[in-house]
Amino acid sequence: MARAPEPKSGAAMRTRAARLMKPGVFALCSLPLAKIAWDGLRGNLSANPIAEVLNRLGFWTLGWLLLSLAATPLKTLFGWTAPIRVRKMLGLFAFFYGSLHFATYLALDQAFDFSDIGADIVKRKFVTVGFAALMTLVPLAATSTDRAVKRLGFRRWKRLHRLVYFAAVLGVVHFAWRVKADYLEPALFGIALAALLLARLLPARAKRADHPGPGESKSPPQESLSRT
Amino acid sequence: MKQRSWALSETEVTPESLYVRRRDFLSLGAAGALGAAGSALSFSCQASADDKPTPTFTNLKRGNFVTDEKQTPFSDITTYNNYYEFGTAKSDPAENAGSLHTRPWTIALDGEINKPEVVDIDELIQRFPLEERIYRMRCVEAWSMVIPWVGFPLAELIKRAEPTSNAKYVAFITKLDPKEMPGQKRSVLDWPYVEGLRIDEAMHPLAILAVGLYGRTLPNQNGAPLRLVVPWKYGFKGIKAIVKIAFVKDQPKTTWNTMAPGEYGFYANVNPDVDHPRWSQAKERRIGEFFKRKTLPFNGYADQVAKLYTGMDLRKAF
Repeated sequence: MARAPEPKSGAAMRTRAARLMKPGVFALCSLPLAKIAWDGLRGNLSANPIAEVLNRLGFWTLGWLLLSLAATPLKTLFGWTAPIRVRKMLGLFAFFYGSLHFATYLALDQAFDFSDIGADIVKRKFVTVGFAALMTLVPLAATSTDRAVKRLGFRRWKRLHRLVYFAAVLGVVHFAWRVKADYLEPALFGIALAALLLARLLPARAKRADHPGPGESKSPPQESLSRT
Repeated sequence: MKQRSWALSETEVTPESLYVRRRDFLSLGAAGALGAAGSALSFSCQASADDKPTPTFTNLKRGNFVTDEKQTPFSDITTYNNYYEFGTAKSDPAENAGSLHTRPWTIALDGEINKPEVVDIDELIQRFPLEERIYRMRCVEAWSMVIPWVGFPLAELIKRAEPTSNAKYVAFITKLDPKEMPGQKRSVLDWPYVEGLRIDEAMHPLAILAVGLYGRTLPNQNGAPLRLVVPWKYGFKGIKAIVKIAFVKDQPKTTWNTMAPGEYGFYANVNPDVDHPRWSQAKERRIGEFFKRKTLPFNGYADQVAKLYTGMDLRKAF
């Protein structure tokens, strides 16, 4: 996403914290992967390491994706703009983990047996939905550069990137449909996602109430979420 | 990859079982050589949280019901468990099952039998000669293990109970005690866990009640003190921590079958041709192996058990 404007407040502490944010989030997002590698080397990935790696990567894909969706509500509800700076990184990490998740499925779980993989994607709706979620993220990752924003134009770029809501919903459904009986984790992801999406409706409504009529807001703010 | 069922020809049986024995500390030969004390010592470090050292079974009978396939390591069998009474993660049972007290423990036998009783677990175990049975275990989640169980034929228990002609099914019930089984505090499943078999299935010589594995007392996370093992069915049929065995007229309402009838059948025979609605059952990952292997009908025990189901449409009665 395009560079967010620097916070105009002079609070040096806040700018320093903001400067540390990117490396901090980078380190945070690398941790689960490092843990997988560490546990793998020590043989601590359970008796079924392939399933364990698949599950962990899938879990964190959803985790980063939902965290990336928290940046906008944090700004509109609390006026905290700093998270916007790491939103792109969180989104790219979600795509990275999602790609590793899929690669693990292809290479380790299925050993590139493409007839089985094709059958899975067509016949198993939880696989279909997970695959669709990852495919939805592809154009978003591909247009994550400043150049892509310029080339597309901000409005079109923004419209395209609303697909992230769709991907997140598919991702949560993918998790829920995979689970056998214990829906706690997918439910928590689902509640978090619903809250993050609903939070986008609130300020839009408040604004409409304050300034009725076709407002002249510069940054086209979170208008209705359309259908996600 | 091409390993067939455990159907070994007569001439193969002896050498192969000897071969397996060679690597098995607790088989008759090794136990004899080392002496009971020695083998008890060598495993005392593995003892569970019990104050008493884990008893080791000796003089185990070993019949033809063994496979020569590579046995899954004890550490894998005891740390990768589906046992929702102690939590829904595979690692939960190993971490949490220590809270279950397996002594004193009684098992109620009731229903359509001439000899209903409530029997103490140790008395029950002493009634039957224990055997080692090395079985494949195929989980409905498409992974599998090879487990050397210690137990006795369920048929022996049933014969002693003298079922009446009304006993068409056998129902098994797990202990209900949310204090000792913390997973029961959440209604993930409808507690207590219930499983069941048709009486002729229950009488089949392959069906056993297990009290140990790898020659040791069954660890809590594997279903101590008494669990069912029916190797031609998916693992969830193997109900753990049994407190009641009831002989009944009607098909019991079993836990997973009740929760999702379209996904988990009452019979739950391993069947590569009937997929779980959400994943294929054609292949399985043997724990410890990279490539998946083909799943065999009845988990490779078709020669022994297929006749129980002649005339049935196993796509419907899955």
